[in-house]
Amino acid sequence: MTPTTNAGNAGKIDPRFRGELCRYAMSLGDDSLVLGQRLGEWCGHAPTLEIDLFLANIALDLVGQATLLLDYAGACEGNGRDADRIAFHRDVLDFTNCLLVEQPNGDFGRTIARQFLFSNFQLLLFQALSNSTDATLAAIARKAAKEVAYHARVASEWMVRLGDGTEESATRVRDGLDWSWRFVDELFEAPDAALIESGIAVDPAGFRAEFDARVDAVLRDAGLARPPGRRPILGGRNGHHSEHLGPLLAQMQFLPRTYPDARW
Amino acid sequence: MHAGNVERIRALLDHVPDPEIPVISIVELGIVRDVTVADHGGGAVVLTTTYTGCPATFAIESAVRTALDQAGFKDVAITRRLDPPWSTDWISDAGREKLREYGIAPPPHSTSLREHATPACPQCGSTQTEELSRFGSTPCKALWRCLACAEPFDHFKCH
Repeated sequence: MTPTTNAGNAGKIDPRFRGELCRYAMSLGDDSLVLGQRLGEWCGHAPTLEIDLFLANIALDLVGQATLLLDYAGACEGNGRDADRIAFHRDVLDFTNCLLVEQPNGDFGRTIARQFLFSNFQLLLFQALSNSTDATLAAIARKAAKEVAYHARVASEWMVRLGDGTEESATRVRDGLDWSWRFVDELFEAPDAALIESGIAVDPAGFRAEFDARVDAVLRDAGLARPPGRRPILGGRNGHHSEHLGPLLAQMQFLPRTYPDARW
Repeated sequence: MHAGNVERIRALLDHVPDPEIPVISIVELGIVRDVTVADHGGGAVVLTTTYTGCPATFAIESAVRTALDQAGFKDVAITRRLDPPWSTDWISDAGREKLREYGIAPPPHSTSLREHATPACPQCGSTQTEELSRFGSTPCKALWRCLACAEPFDHFKCH
């Protein structure tokens, strides 16, 4: 994806954390990549042209973030893999995205509920990560946070519009929220402890209260109840995915795997 | 001599249009972060992206490459810088005026009340306008409509 190198104005990579940093950047990149690919499925199918545009634009932002994060994961790894190689030539068990982003789009209500939860999480994460002691991660986070602020805003507005809309729209967005809710706790799993201690990574537990407050405020406006706590479903960070990720990757990876030397 | 070359390259870049809004140059858009020329040839044009996923990035780099090559700066590299992130505040005043003339309401400066101000219609100048869609024809624009003259228009989002 990058014809010229030097994607970031990177500081030095601390050799003690190289391996864990690679894993961390890759999991963040996988989140963005998989949700970007999912949202791309809406292209040409959304209820209205405006919705089609904003879903595709969010997808574009996410794929852009994934490019930066996966390129950096490759640089930390040091085996010459770039973002394309990492995105298109890994098998499903090697992906470490959270389970929420790989869930099927469902109807528009479910897509919006998923986006609402993920974008609000990602916004707080990137805002915190903007102060990372790793210069490259901080730079990517500062750039991405500006984009994700838009995603969170537009998804929150649609939560209210659907929840406070017709009986049909309220039912659908409530069902979407119920579907997505069991995947929220996984977002707040702590990354590697040494990375957090060194100030490179962020422990999302630090902004859980802020996340809950934001979600509750929007749900109140939307006239939606917070779904009851459920036993969380975990495993994505360790490569234990739902049955939905494989088909997504099959579609995304088909061309570069079938024609490995294909060029635009 | 090197300073002269930096100026020559900047002048070249001032004629490289943004591929999606060809009325303004990449310099006016504020994405040229630096131009350096080394003592014995070489050097770099440092670009930043507007949005991380902006599909125009490759087209811009390709146009800059062509402009540099044609002017004999084959050994000047093109590199990217991510931080600090691009802001619409970096669009020059001349660039803003060209956007308006082109029919795109320019972004407000971040010092203005960005959450509350509505952009003036680039056709008739009325501030009686409303947002139709937060995401428009490109990632950097939103779709608005003028309530006075009823014309829809693009609004460059504050970013």
